[in-house]
Amino acid sequence: MATHHAIRLGRLATAPSVLVLFMWMIVPLAMTVWFSLLRYNLLDAENAYFAGLDNYIYFVTDPAFSDAIKNTLLLVGTVLAVSVIFGIALALLLDQAILGRSIVRLLIITPFFVMPTVSALVWKNMMMHPVSGVIAYLFKILGLAPIDWFADAPRSAIAIMVSWQWLPFATLIFLTSVQSLDEEQKEAAEMDGASPFAYFFYIVLPHLARPITVVILIETIFLLNVFAEIYVTGSGGMAGNMPYLVYFQGLLNFDVGGASAGGIIAVILANIVAVFLMRMIGKTLES
Amino acid sequence: MARAIPLQRRLFMTILAWAAGLLIFFPVLWTVLTSFKTELEAFSTPPKLFFFDWTLENYSIVQERSNYLRFASNSIILSVGSTLIALAFGIPAAWAMAFQPGKRTKDLLMWMLSTKMMPPVGALIPLYLGFRDMGLLDTRGGLIAVLFLINLPIVVWMLYTYFKEIPVDILEAARMDGASLWKELVFVLAPMAVPGIASTMLLNVILAWNEAFWTLNLSTSEAAPLTVFIASYSSPEGLFWAKLSAASTMAIAPILVLGWFAQRQLVRGLTFGAVK
Amino acid sequence: MTSMLKTAGLGVGLAMMLATGAMAETKLTIATVNNGDMIRMQGLTADFTAQNPDIKLEWVTLEENVLRQKVTTDIATKGGQFDVLTIGTYEVPIWAKKGWLVPLDNLDKDYDVDDLLPAIRGGLSMDGKLYAAPFYGESSMVMYRKDLFDKAGLKMPDAPTWTFIADAARKITDKSAETYGVCLRGKAGWGENMAFLSATANSFGARWFDEKWHAQFDQPEWKNTLDFYVKLMKDAGPPGASSNGFNENLALFNAGKCGMWIDATVAASFVTNPKDSKVADKVGFALAPDNGLGKRGNWLWAWSLAVPSGSKKTAEAQKFVAWATSKGYLNLVASKEGWANVPPGTRTSLYMNPEYAKVPFAKMTLDSINAADPVHPTVKPVPYVGVQFVAIPEFQGIGTSVGQIFSKALAGDISVDDALKQAQETTTREMTKAGYIK
Repeated sequence: MATHHAIRLGRLATAPSVLVLFMWMIVPLAMTVWFSLLRYNLLDAENAYFAGLDNYIYFVTDPAFSDAIKNTLLLVGTVLAVSVIFGIALALLLDQAILGRSIVRLLIITPFFVMPTVSALVWKNMMMHPVSGVIAYLFKILGLAPIDWFADAPRSAIAIMVSWQWLPFATLIFLTSVQSLDEEQKEAAEMDGASPFAYFFYIVLPHLARPITVVILIETIFLLNVFAEIYVTGSGGMAGNMPYLVYFQGLLNFDVGGASAGGIIAVILANIVAVFLMRMIGKTLES
Repeated sequence: MARAIPLQRRLFMTILAWAAGLLIFFPVLWTVLTSFKTELEAFSTPPKLFFFDWTLENYSIVQERSNYLRFASNSIILSVGSTLIALAFGIPAAWAMAFQPGKRTKDLLMWMLSTKMMPPVGALIPLYLGFRDMGLLDTRGGLIAVLFLINLPIVVWMLYTYFKEIPVDILEAARMDGASLWKELVFVLAPMAVPGIASTMLLNVILAWNEAFWTLNLSTSEAAPLTVFIASYSSPEGLFWAKLSAASTMAIAPILVLGWFAQRQLVRGLTFGAVK
Repeated sequence: MTSMLKTAGLGVGLAMMLATGAMAETKLTIATVNNGDMIRMQGLTADFTAQNPDIKLEWVTLEENVLRQKVTTDIATKGGQFDVLTIGTYEVPIWAKKGWLVPLDNLDKDYDVDDLLPAIRGGLSMDGKLYAAPFYGESSMVMYRKDLFDKAGLKMPDAPTWTFIADAARKITDKSAETYGVCLRGKAGWGENMAFLSATANSFGARWFDEKWHAQFDQPEWKNTLDFYVKLMKDAGPPGASSNGFNENLALFNAGKCGMWIDATVAASFVTNPKDSKVADKVGFALAPDNGLGKRGNWLWAWSLAVPSGSKKTAEAQKFVAWATSKGYLNLVASKEGWANVPPGTRTSLYMNPEYAKVPFAKMTLDSINAADPVHPTVKPVPYVGVQFVAIPEFQGIGTSVGQIFSKALAGDISVDDALKQAQETTTREMTKAGYIK
């Protein structure tokens, strides 16, 4: 029944979105590419000149560059692992017949509503502070030496903060999915005397394949650009990721050329990740 | 047949779930509690949970210092405005992609998502110059445009996955009955799509509300939302934890309340095609 | 047709707005940092608007780093969003040289420019013209707990040496009681740990660059500085020192956990305020330490108000700047909030005032400011201006990179030698890139 008319209408319907997004992408991108070829410091704009690939060379040979890539991937990977594993665990827990389930669910999704800047400030000053933080206090009660998070374990600290924000999102998606598991399937499994492990691995996990890919896809997009948490806690030196490095060039050095080169490199890297993701997602979502 | 669940197990699960919930909720609770402490108590060790002299001092200081209502109303205008525009663009696009998928539809979707992967700082200076030339600096219109664009890919993606779940048979049937495209949209598709649209809307209001890079860099006063409000309380010289907690509470309260009330709605559509 | 009407309407509206705008009030947009003295000023502007009913003030109050990045972006791209800027001694010489700031040469006689403290005025002037008016000035000094010193049988001299500070810090430290001998900045940043370390390095005879802009981290003076700092903090510093900046140390000191704290003079009013501090009545002050080389380890900074040349309301903006940094404003604060809350460190007359002399930290603040010399900051000659910074555009980036490296050294991630080596490499790299080293 798909007539030409309908196809044309379909194109017409997608065109505005594609068009604005294309403009949004191409105009800044073109300008960024151009700036990335200039020796252009915002504080010395009169003396800008064409520098070829110098900015790229400087950016890539920066000792912080390889660390930034490592930190970016490590952060994305850790947070994804945490949100998938704990997200499933929480979803299964919430699926149980527990008292006050809706209130518990409310408590669990709360972090998702908190601004990243606020969350970073709260974690840094009130949770993880080595002297007056709540975590340090708990450690002291247990007779342990408090961890100085942002000095000794900055990457873990950032990962904890970011996981805290994204775990609710994963939990919600998994929960909806777990709840859509057939009640009869559940009962049948129980009747057959299937062990909880068998039940989990043969029934629940396959059922969760799609939500897992979805969580990975959506969260990766946001996790690649985690910035506020690193910036606000001042752990850019040890846990700085790509966005932080670009920020460093752009808004601390005011080196527009360098930051633009960094931005382009980040886009290339992100697209590599995107292709990789697309392969993975494509397969699962096709079904 | 309702399954009989042993009471013990139920109790255990309840305790476990509540423990997890409270653990996750704790930082927010702590922020709210700290906002009622004095600066000295906010920093005292051991930390005081409930037993301290409750004070509203921080709130009155914040109220005195900044025009909270203006920041909050800007936040509302920006997040709702950008979301509505995104829906206006996204619904037709997602509808077409879901019902007349072409060979390139998947690629198009992934490309849209990939526009979100560039670190925003990289494009700040070009955009800042553009905004300056168009007179958009510190205007709500300019910020709405940016927020709309950064959230559009998510909107399209989310709606697409939702629309795809709508059985095509129903549409076919409607067409057989000679329903025009318009009627098809309004009477058949719309009622089925509303939950998905509502949930998309909620998610994007949340994302736009919390966006802190562009809003901070492209606005100063007239169009400044709550992210800028927070930046005026973070890390001054001097003690600031209690005041910052009060400001934080005020900044997240509206969206938190909205989220809590609308959580069922949010959850229902928040599947991204993950649930069949 | 309708669109034409709309356009016409828009044009008329615009014209009317412009016309009425010219007759009615002028709105000044003021970008300012969220520190206590600035917040206080916002509360007192009724005095200004009463004198100038045609001027309306719009405040944009931001945290220091956000403020700096916004204001710099705006002025460099000529965005023209602000009419009055709050900037520091780091920006003023760079921006004035660029022609981005309006020289403040219309100040009337009452303003009494010659009353400004010479060290501060020097840092804000270029070729004899003042480009920003100081709102408050600060240096750094030692704040110490008299009770802990008494207990340990120590006596703080007015002008201590680093050796004395180190010994005293180690003696006072009692980690089981969470009392740490000395709290110093460790948080990475050009305005955080590097402010302290650069100033300290000056007193150890070190310098950032030689006359040809070559980095000097491979010199023994820097090694002595960093060795001293890292060892001292390990023995007598609080846990988490590598993420402590001004505020973190202030909180520690106010909670009674530090024996000494070397930091900005403005901290004095916080630590002696019984509302915020547990140790308000036990604090003493001394000059920042030295090593007998002729330079003390104290810095110089002034938060100042300037008018960007992109502003279209420079006359009104200058009026405001003059009001906020006038003698009259100091008196206004004194009458409303007491002398201890007057913004310090800008005017000689304030320190001649017998009322102000009663404030416990007044004399030490003045002596500290006078002990700093931004034009000749180091023992050996340097090509730059600035005590705890180098007034070149690239310094924010370089200073922060080096700050991150030194912060790692403090945390024990890398050795002092490695840190210096990395600092040398990074700095040389950036200076080559920026074209200073040919």
